Amino acid sequence: MTVEKKAVAKKPAPLQKPRAAKVAAKKKPTWDIGDIDTWGPDRHELGATIIEAGNSVFNETGGWRSEVPLIDSEKCDGCMLCYFYCPDASIIIENNKAVGIDLEHCKGCGICAKECPTDAIVMKTDEKE
Amino acid sequence: MATTESEILAVTGNEAVAEAMGQIDPDVVCAYPITPATEIVQIYAQMVADGKVGTEFVTVESEHSAMSAVIGASAGGARTMTATSSQGFALMWEVLYVAASYRLPIVMTTVNRALSGPINIHCDHSDTMGGRDTGWIQLYGENHQEAYDNCIQAVRIAEHMDIRTPTMQMYDGYVISGAIGPLQMLTKEQVQKFIGPYHAINPMLDTKHPVTVGPFDGLHGWFFEHKVSQNRAMERALTVIQDVADEYAELSGRQYGLLDPYRLDDAEVAIVVVGSTAGTTRMVVDKLRAQGVKAGMVRVRAFRPFPHAAYAKALEHVKVVGVMDRADSFGAQGGPVFLEVRAALYDSDPRPQILPIIYGLGGRDIFPDNIEQAFAVLQKAAQSTKPTSTERRYLNLRKD
Repeated sequence: MTVEKKAVAKKPAPLQKPRAAKVAAKKKPTWDIGDIDTWGPDRHELGATIIEAGNSVFNETGGWRSEVPLIDSEKCDGCMLCYFYCPDASIIIENNKAVGIDLEHCKGCGICAKECPTDAIVMKTDEKE
Repeated sequence: MATTESEILAVTGNEAVAEAMGQIDPDVVCAYPITPATEIVQIYAQMVADGKVGTEFVTVESEHSAMSAVIGASAGGARTMTATSSQGFALMWEVLYVAASYRLPIVMTTVNRALSGPINIHCDHSDTMGGRDTGWIQLYGENHQEAYDNCIQAVRIAEHMDIRTPTMQMYDGYVISGAIGPLQMLTKEQVQKFIGPYHAINPMLDTKHPVTVGPFDGLHGWFFEHKVSQNRAMERALTVIQDVADEYAELSGRQYGLLDPYRLDDAEVAIVVVGSTAGTTRMVVDKLRAQGVKAGMVRVRAFRPFPHAAYAKALEHVKVVGVMDRADSFGAQGGPVFLEVRAALYDSDPRPQILPIIYGLGGRDIFPDNIEQAFAVLQKAAQSTKPTSTERRYLNLRKD
């Protein structure tokens, strides 16, 4: 059994408002699926097609995460690899440094931590309330 | 009003369908050759090469790819068609479900051929009968003319806004596909007017309205609702298939229905049959009628959706019905058509006896004598005071 490495990152910088949240605040969904949980068979688009591009900004999709990246911005050298590799566009960059994670969309895949050349990102068990 | 005064051509079934496809002139055809459907694709490729159609013809490396490519093209916004048979159909299997669940109005001709093994290239219906639950509409044709007519109607059915469901049309391998038969064609202009321009729903190539096709439906998503939606479309397809057939009858003078009854009104014994064997069965019915036997027949045209209420209405006055399947469902009570017909008549009162008959597997010949033997079983059952065994009867099977 391997002992889980303790995350030693300092307290991360206070989370900025995620990019997705900013976008969501600016635009409104044109495809209203607010009550989709109640939709019966006849209300859906044929073939489950998603007819509004980028509508994940309106929806929290990170709920199934079991690990969460922890960023030490002081170690970050601004190479942007985490930003480019992230499949969910969840890395928050400010002043050319990774400063936080959009936790509404991060699924905890760990690619950012794997790619980070300066070990500025470590994965930690996501302890949910 | 029949508007056609065209000459009668002598063609193979595959030629008839290739001509229909040429007149439909779809945007994209993706296909892979397989006996006995190869000729369709071969002729069509020639039409493309000769500039007779505007189709983008995609040669693919397998039928799995053929179906995947037409799915892509259809999702992109194109009118698409393909053709296959037997093992090729089987290789398409998993993507057939995808085409149907994405509600892409693809039209496919499947020339019926046995599935291996032992390896066999001849006609039976085991390929498409096995695909009856893929969510595709299934039309079974009887002869060359119907292969052509069904191909054109399938476009209208699949693309109908009430249903948007891919449609496959079948006919018997070799018996129809390779043998010469008569064909009366419409003009290309008539066909184009009948099918109309293609209307895509949420096409991927509409870059101003980007969409995601085929998303993961989540762990607690709407998969169940989408399946029910497919089935509701199938129920509506009963009306659509008949409406399209009626409109086609005005154009061509040839009337089709969901099923094709023959001398059934006062029949005491009747056979239900799919495909080219209906022609032989009609002849036997006439012969028996001349002998005073009240014999009748129903030919299956639409098998998915299965018009169960129409079958109940057509057959409930008959004493004994024999259902002839050219495919078996191993371990079931009978072949696929038998199971449908028997279920359709369960609520009828009085309820006919319904007996399973298997014939023609792997292209085994079916002679008029064999069909007379089947009718003899039905007549004996009709005269008996005791219920007749519902074990399968096999026609033209070698005895142990």
